Amino acid sequence: MSDVLLRVKDLYVEYRTEEEVVQAVNGCSFDVGIGETLGIVGETGAGKTTTALAIMRLLPDRTAHIVGGRIELGGENLLEIPEEEMRVTVRGERIAMIFQDPMTALNPVMTIRDQIAEAIHYHSLQLNEAEIESRIEEVLTLVGIPPNRKHEYPHQFSGGMKQRVVIAIALSCEPELLIADEPTTALDVTIQAQVLAMIDSLRERLGMAMILITHDLGIVAQTCDKVAVMYAGEIIEAGALEEIFTGENRHPYTVGLFEAIPNLKAETKRLSPIAGLMPDPSNLPEGCYFYERCPKAMEICRDVHPKLSDEAGHPIACHLFSSSTKSEVSK
Amino acid sequence: MSRIVDAPNRPLIETKGLKKYFDVGKKKLHAVDDITISIDEGKTLGVVGESGCGKSTLGRTILKLLEPTGGKIFFDGKEITDLKPKEMRNYRRDMQMIFQDPYSSLNPRQTIAGAIGMPLKVHKICTSKADMDRRIKELMDTVGLAQRLVNAYPHELDGGRRQRVGVARALACNPRFIVCDEPVSALDVSIQAQILNLLMDIQEEMGLTYMFVTHDMSVVKHISDEIIVMYMGHCVEKAPYDELFSNPLHPYTQALLSAIPVPDVSMKFRQSKVIRGEVSSPIDPPPGCRFANRCEYVMEECTGQDIPFKELSPNHHVACLYAEKRHNRG
Repeated sequence: MSDVLLRVKDLYVEYRTEEEVVQAVNGCSFDVGIGETLGIVGETGAGKTTTALAIMRLLPDRTAHIVGGRIELGGENLLEIPEEEMRVTVRGERIAMIFQDPMTALNPVMTIRDQIAEAIHYHSLQLNEAEIESRIEEVLTLVGIPPNRKHEYPHQFSGGMKQRVVIAIALSCEPELLIADEPTTALDVTIQAQVLAMIDSLRERLGMAMILITHDLGIVAQTCDKVAVMYAGEIIEAGALEEIFTGENRHPYTVGLFEAIPNLKAETKRLSPIAGLMPDPSNLPEGCYFYERCPKAMEICRDVHPKLSDEAGHPIACHLFSSSTKSEVSK
Repeated sequence: MSRIVDAPNRPLIETKGLKKYFDVGKKKLHAVDDITISIDEGKTLGVVGESGCGKSTLGRTILKLLEPTGGKIFFDGKEITDLKPKEMRNYRRDMQMIFQDPYSSLNPRQTIAGAIGMPLKVHKICTSKADMDRRIKELMDTVGLAQRLVNAYPHELDGGRRQRVGVARALACNPRFIVCDEPVSALDVSIQAQILNLLMDIQEEMGLTYMFVTHDMSVVKHISDEIIVMYMGHCVEKAPYDELFSNPLHPYTQALLSAIPVPDVSMKFRQSKVIRGEVSSPIDPPPGCRFANRCEYVMEECTGQDIPFKELSPNHHVACLYAEKRHNRG
């Protein structure tokens, strides 16, 4: 087991508007080890991006409120340090993030050189102009963009190339942790394969840890060491890749996710969708959030919210696998 | 299930050398270039390719939502290529479309009943208000929408339900042919499975013919009888769905299949074939194979001359000199 780099513990995030309170993240906990890749999977609205933005402290401050929990980077609680310190010493410097849509993540009226330089200026004040210039060329080469294109603007690059530029900016300060939020969703499969292969080799070379947020189980299978499955704002199952993909004890939601995808290898006549929808985050049920849709729901699931427990070999939040439930059922 | 239908094969939709060019200044963008397809009644033709390959344009041109630049389109044996918009009206009932984005394809100020009722109104299918209400309810039942939503607005529905409205609207005038343009790409996997099941159920029930446009290889394999692979406006390979996946002949198809991330941990260390480069410009492309600049098997004769689309094994067509050479060698 590698040393823990980032530890998220019981994180709660709410979005408050005049009409309602949306509970986007509800007691989310996970660890990322040094140099490790964690995949966070889940459907739209599961709270994946909100969790990532909370780690970066980039949530919109008018509506979003972190109401509980800790986010520890190397033992230090990021939620307690002042914004200025966060900006200078953590964000971009130790944790960098790449976003889903490379078309909107870049400033259209700045050359890509200036956008990379901006990131370096913020964090490496001691570098002189020549050193900055060579650093820019270095990261561009790293992501496979010819350095002589550095004076071009974002619109002169294709989608895949733009995502490479975004990655170059993220890597410019050699972060310890890279958060990639659906980095290839906007790209075509052949380009996606190029970008994923590149991220993977860079991560290995730089010894960087990564949180990869995606809804594509295929991408997780190819790039991650560990997986956390997120549903209605909480991690409902976490474990090594094999435990989540082929393990015997799995959360019914995880099983459902796998059954819903058409299988490329086998012939399936009908797909098995997960019935129903994710619960309304402004009005969460008392028991298990998956109760309404769960094919294996029991009485206890309606009333008692299951906690993550290790009893099935890896953390699962489901009454099916907790011994206290089993004894209760047998009674 | 459509794949087992044994009725005598009769093409409902046919195109011959269909072309659609767009003007870009003085130049021409070849979006759809010389596509010949035929879809038998009750079957599904899958069209795959990456963004910008012309797959959506092909669908729209067949429906004559775009005027073709060249070639011919036949519906049920009758040529419709040169029909005026007014004459097309009679065919519109039979040829419908389901759009990709259920968020932007519905009018936000129109209720569900309004959206589904619109084609009924336009084609004067219902004789009275009561008849119309009955038909709308029937359609909502067919696609699995609860009756209580009849007066709801699109913003009150989630993506899956919105797409069901899109399906109901396409079914309203009992069409025979539907172009499904990426109907599940905007949806989550669990919802995607619901819509795919729905589309396959109604196809079986009503004997519909689909052209299913998508970039998702696992979806296209699941729903299609036959698949064409497009690259920069050209059809590079055409084969029955199982044949295409078990024996892809065109290097682009091979690359496309190998690039899909498979949710299988035993495949983690497989070498996925990463093809270099990106799609070149479709504006006035030179003759020759359009994949040549990215192809690892490229030969001298691949550029400069058009590549014939040949049937190498029964029903399996490919436009590739390398595949042909390898085939002839045995």
